[in-house]
Amino acid sequence: MDIGFLAQHLFNGLMLGVIYAMIALGFSLFFGVLDVIKFSHGDVVTLGAFAALGAIAFVGSVVPLPGLALVLGLLAAIAASMAAGMVIGGTLVLPLRNAPPVNVLLITLMAGTILREAIRLGVPNGGNPKPFPALLPDRRIEIGSFSVGIDSVTILLAGLAVVVATHHLVTRTRLGLAIRAVAQDPEVACLSGIDFRRTVLGTFALGSALAAVAGCMLGLYYREINFSMGLVLGVIGFAAAVVGGLGSLLGPILGGFLFAGVQTLVTITVPSASAYKDVAAFAVVIALIGLFPTGLISERASERV
Amino acid sequence: MRRSLTNALIAGAALIVAALSPAEAKDTVKIAFIGPLTGGNAAAGVGGRNSSMLAVQLRNADPKAKFAYELVPFDDECKPNIGVQVATKAAADRAIVAGVTHYCSAVGIATVDTYARFKLPVVVWGAILPDITYGNDYKQIHRVNGTMINEGKLAAQFLTARGFKTFAVVHDTTDYGKGQNKYFSEYLKPAGGEIVATFPVSPDQQDFTAELTRIKELKPDMIFVGGLTPLGVRVRSQMERLGVDARMAGVSGIMTAGFLEGAGAAAEGTISFHNGAPLSKYADGQAFADAYARAGFREDPDAYGPFAYSAANLIMDAVEKVGPDRAKITAELNATKGRPSLIGEINFDDHRQNIVTANVYVAQGGKWVFWPDSEYAAGKRTIAGR
Repeated sequence: MDIGFLAQHLFNGLMLGVIYAMIALGFSLFFGVLDVIKFSHGDVVTLGAFAALGAIAFVGSVVPLPGLALVLGLLAAIAASMAAGMVIGGTLVLPLRNAPPVNVLLITLMAGTILREAIRLGVPNGGNPKPFPALLPDRRIEIGSFSVGIDSVTILLAGLAVVVATHHLVTRTRLGLAIRAVAQDPEVACLSGIDFRRTVLGTFALGSALAAVAGCMLGLYYREINFSMGLVLGVIGFAAAVVGGLGSLLGPILGGFLFAGVQTLVTITVPSASAYKDVAAFAVVIALIGLFPTGLISERASERV
Repeated sequence: MRRSLTNALIAGAALIVAALSPAEAKDTVKIAFIGPLTGGNAAAGVGGRNSSMLAVQLRNADPKAKFAYELVPFDDECKPNIGVQVATKAAADRAIVAGVTHYCSAVGIATVDTYARFKLPVVVWGAILPDITYGNDYKQIHRVNGTMINEGKLAAQFLTARGFKTFAVVHDTTDYGKGQNKYFSEYLKPAGGEIVATFPVSPDQQDFTAELTRIKELKPDMIFVGGLTPLGVRVRSQMERLGVDARMAGVSGIMTAGFLEGAGAAAEGTISFHNGAPLSKYADGQAFADAYARAGFREDPDAYGPFAYSAANLIMDAVEKVGPDRAKITAELNATKGRPSLIGEINFDDHRQNIVTANVYVAQGGKWVFWPDSEYAAGKRTIAGR
C-alpha cells in the first residue's frame, strides 16, 4: 500500500475517533458527577445536528452567508442540545438519584426514544436521510494518492480543539473544580459551599454541548444526517467511555480513537469482513474490559468496593 | 357549483338505475389486498391499494361483469410476523377467493406457506425476492412483477455494454442486499465485467470512508450499490468527499425521491434499474392515469401501482371465467399466457412467475428519467468516470 492511501486511512480513522471521543466524554462526565449512565446521549447528538440543519436552512433563506449560517447553526445546535441535556438531567436523572441505577438507565433510554421519534415524526419527511449543506470551502489538497478536503481538515482540527478545550475547562476552571469535587464526594463538595444541583446541571450542559458539536461535525463531514444515527453512536460512545475508563477524562478520548482504529483496520485488511467491523471493534472492547475492568485509565478513587 | 349539481344528478340517476336494474342480483366476490399501509414503505403500499381499488371500481361499473367485487385491504406493515397474521386472517375467510399480496420481499417470502396451506390463490404485486416464486412449488403463488434476477441481469449487461468493466460492490447484509449482490455478480462475469472487491455492510452503517478509500485504491470503473436509499445516499455523498472518481449504479431500492434529496447534486448521473416502466410507456398508461385521477385518490399510484392494478384485473378475469371458487381460480391463473394487461402481456412460467424485462433509469436534473428518454442516452450528457 502506498503512503498516500495509508495517510488517507489514518485521516479517516482520526476523524471517526474524534467524533467518538466527544460523545464518550459526555458519558464519562455524567458518570463522574452522578454515577449514572445517560442513554439518551446519542439522541442528543442527533437533536443537535437537526437543530443546526433547521437554523442553517432558516438563515440561508434570509441572507446568503454560509459563514454566518454555520456559526448560527452551531449556536442553535449547542442551545438545543444543552436545553435537552439539562431538562433530562434536571427532571429525570436528578430526582432518581437515590433510585437503583437501572431506573435511570431505563428512563434515559426511553427519553432517547421519545427524542428520536419526535425528530422522525416532527421533521417533514423525517424518516428519510437529510442532506446537510456543505458550508465549508470545498477545495481539496491532493498529494499523490492522498486527497483531503480543506473542510475535512477544518472539522478535524475543530474537533481536536474542542476536546482540548474541554480538558482545559475541567482541569483549570472553577466550574471544572466544582465538577471534580462533586465527582469525588458530593457531600463534602456541598459542605465546602458548592451548589450540587447547579454543578450537576452544568455538567449535563457541558456534555450535551459536546454532543451538539459532534452532531454538527458529523453533518458537515458526512453531508447527511438521519433521525436514527444517535442510536449506534450512543452505544459506541458508551463503549469507548467504558473501555477508556468511565469517570476519567483522558480515558474516553483514548477509547474513542481505539474504537475507530479497530473499525478502520478491519475494513482495510479484510474487505469481505467489512460487515463485521463493529463486531470486531466490540470484541476488542469486551476483551479490554475483561483485562482492565475499571478502564484503561481508571478513576483515581474508585467508589465501588 | 354547476359541476356539483351535475354530479348530484348523475349520482341520483345512478342510484335509481341501480335500484331498478337486475345488477342488484349480482353476487359479491371478495378479494384481499395486502401491503404495507403504514410505516416507512406506506407510500408504495397505499399506491398499490388505490390502484387495485381502481381496478375493482372500474369492473363494478362494467354492466357486463357477472359479479360485484369488493376489495378487502389488510396492512402487513412490511413486517413478516404481522404479514403472516393478516395472511392467515385473509386466507381463513372463506368469502375471500383470492389475494393481491405484498410489496416487501421479507413479508412475501414469510407468507407463501400460509397461502398454500389454506389454498388461497394470490398474485404478488411488488415483492422482488426470486424465492417467493422460484423457492417453492406452490400452485397458489403467482407474481406479475419481475424479480431481482431481471434487475441484476439487466444491470450487468447494460453497464458492461456502456464500457464499465471493473466494479466494486457495496451491498447490505439483508436478504435483499445479498440477493441483489448474488444476481448482479452472477450475470457480470459472462457479460465481461469483473468485480474487484465486494463489501457487505450493515444497512444502518453511517461511515463508509474506510471502504471507499480501499475502493479508491482499487480504481474500479463503477461502484454498484445493492441496498436501500439510506445506503445509496451515504455511499454517493462520501464518494464525493474522498474524491473517488468512479461512477455509481444502484438497484431499484435507491430509485426513490429520497435518494435524489439525500445525495443532492452528487446524485446526477447515478444509474438505477427497476421492473416498472414509466406510466407513459404503457399502451394504456394514460387511460390508467386519467381514471386514477378521476377516482380522486389523494396518494400517487407509485412505481408498483400498475402491477397491483394488473394483478387485481387478472384475478377478476379468472373469477368471471370460472366463478368464485379458489381451486378453479388457481387453475385458471396457473394457465395465464399472453394475457394483455396494463403492464404489458402477462406470461406465467412454470413457477407462475411473470416474464418481464427491467428498465434503466438515470438521475438527471433532480429527477429519475427513463434511460431512453434521457439526455445521457441522447449523448447530451455523459456518465463520465474514466
